[in-house]
Amino acid sequence: MSKIWIMIAKRLGLGVLTLFAISIIIFLATELLPGDLARSILGQSATEETVAAFQRELGLDQPAHVRYAQWLWGAVQGDFGTSLANRRPIADLIGTRLANTMFLAIYAAAIAVPLSLILGIMAALFRNTWFDRGANAVALSAISFPEFFVAYILIFVLAQSGLFPSMARIDSTTTFADALYKTFLPALTLTLVVTAHMMRMTRAAIINLLASPYIEMAQLKGMPPARIILVHALPNALAPIITVIALNLAYLITGVVVVEAVFVYPGLGQLMVDSVSKRDIPVVQAVALIFAAAYVLLNLLADVLATLSNPRLIHPK
Amino acid sequence: MEVLTTLFWIAVAVSVGMAAGWLFLRVLATALPGRAGRVFRSAPISAGFGMLVILIYLLVAILAPAIAPFSEREVVGGQFLPWDATHLLGTDNLGRDMFSRLVYGARNTVGIAFVTTALAFLLGSVLGLLAAAVGGWLDQVLSRVVDVLMAIPALVFSLLLLTIFGTSVVTLILVIAVIDSTRVFRLARSVGMNIVVMDFIEAARLRGEGLFHLIVREILPNASAPLIAEFGLRFCFVFLTISALSFLGLGIQPPTADWGSMVKENAVLITFGDITPLLPAGCIALLTVAVNFVVDWMLHRASGLKE
Repeated sequence: MSKIWIMIAKRLGLGVLTLFAISIIIFLATELLPGDLARSILGQSATEETVAAFQRELGLDQPAHVRYAQWLWGAVQGDFGTSLANRRPIADLIGTRLANTMFLAIYAAAIAVPLSLILGIMAALFRNTWFDRGANAVALSAISFPEFFVAYILIFVLAQSGLFPSMARIDSTTTFADALYKTFLPALTLTLVVTAHMMRMTRAAIINLLASPYIEMAQLKGMPPARIILVHALPNALAPIITVIALNLAYLITGVVVVEAVFVYPGLGQLMVDSVSKRDIPVVQAVALIFAAAYVLLNLLADVLATLSNPRLIHPK
Repeated sequence: MEVLTTLFWIAVAVSVGMAAGWLFLRVLATALPGRAGRVFRSAPISAGFGMLVILIYLLVAILAPAIAPFSEREVVGGQFLPWDATHLLGTDNLGRDMFSRLVYGARNTVGIAFVTTALAFLLGSVLGLLAAAVGGWLDQVLSRVVDVLMAIPALVFSLLLLTIFGTSVVTLILVIAVIDSTRVFRLARSVGMNIVVMDFIEAARLRGEGLFHLIVREILPNASAPLIAEFGLRFCFVFLTISALSFLGLGIQPPTADWGSMVKENAVLITFGDITPLLPAGCIALLTVAVNFVVDWMLHRASGLKE
């Protein structure tokens, strides 16, 4: 048992190190700006005094490493400074939006993960039949479609007839059931985008194993195909499947940016896109850090779970 | 009933596509002599369809001024005119001809995506092969830098960089190229690693060949198959990223005709049951599917797999 904890601690340490490096990159990226941050925001017509005052307000008169330390210390405590565009604390802007984005991502994952597992297992079970071919062709096309194409097709088909709302406007007064109904189309869009990939990987991972001698043995014993796949092949295919599920959940985190824009959903992605066009750098940095942290954490989780599912990885020779 | 007609049209489109792909392969197989012809004779229909689509896109992009009846920026009529004889696909939100903009979009969107991919490829494969050939501290430094850069989601990273450098076509190309070159680096390095341990590299080193000769004449020819397939996949990825950014209003800027922003500008029509705004998105999807089909076939050929 202790070996597992050591392994998890090692991975966690590596994750924290990665996050630290990412925070440096996100922070230092602004230092790459040609010229002066204050001047480029205030414009050419600003006087020397306004620029100097603005620089002092942003703390730009201090050296970069001091500002980085302050920024990181604040970020760890949940304080990301103030927005340049509307002078509000960034933590206030992010608060409910982060919850909204998490809700959408979890909603999509709750549909996508079981669906893709079932479809993948069925495609492996009925391999090389019309079902398999059809599912594969649809999956390959779905991977190739831009998210907004999928989103607008869904709006065209489902929202036009009034079945579902095309705008996912929710606020604090929206009840849970109502939120589920209103965000169904964005969640379905995300589901379609990630399901294809997860399904193909599940199928490939299982089929890879079907050539193994122990599967042949099971076949020779006269086991039904469904039992062979579910009881014999699936446990050994878990590691790649878990990895690809986590990768796709991480993808959901960035996929929400476009989908939120289509459905006017008040989430982090919307905030980021708005802030990019306003060049509100502190907000973009904060949101980028949150997205990157979620990405790293999910990858870490995948790594740990994939190791746990395979005893050979826990006890290396 | 409506579902049935939709399914019918999808079936018609799929069979027409398959027939066109098959015909295109026949033509290529008979027109090209010897080995090249034989390669195309054994190609799957999907690959033929993919190549045909790519060829059509190329022709449209090159001949855009000859095909388009109007210029891409000219306001030629009222806003949101329906489809008719003069304006084949109607007009957009400012009264510009939709069909002409769609044609010019092939040039702008695909052109920019291609340049970006080429740049990402040049940067990534040169550094990747260099890291594999030289090894040691250079390999360590480059690999660790790439590891950290890849830990940030690509779209989020590009949004961050676009905030800092501003949104213009040049920064767009550079930002996406740098971010995507990290993915190319990974592949080029791992392919290169498997090649540098071969005996003929040892022999070339003993002959006293320089680093340039080693990479260009010895490693590159043996790494070309996976790299070409990766080029196709990368192109799809870059193409979708640029479209997504343009859709968000942060990529290719108006009034340049671009498929991503065309969807956004005319999106309001969709809620009124008009499919015109879906056409540019469909153009993006069709090209990506086509490239994927061709790449699938090339990977299959390169690996020598028989399924």
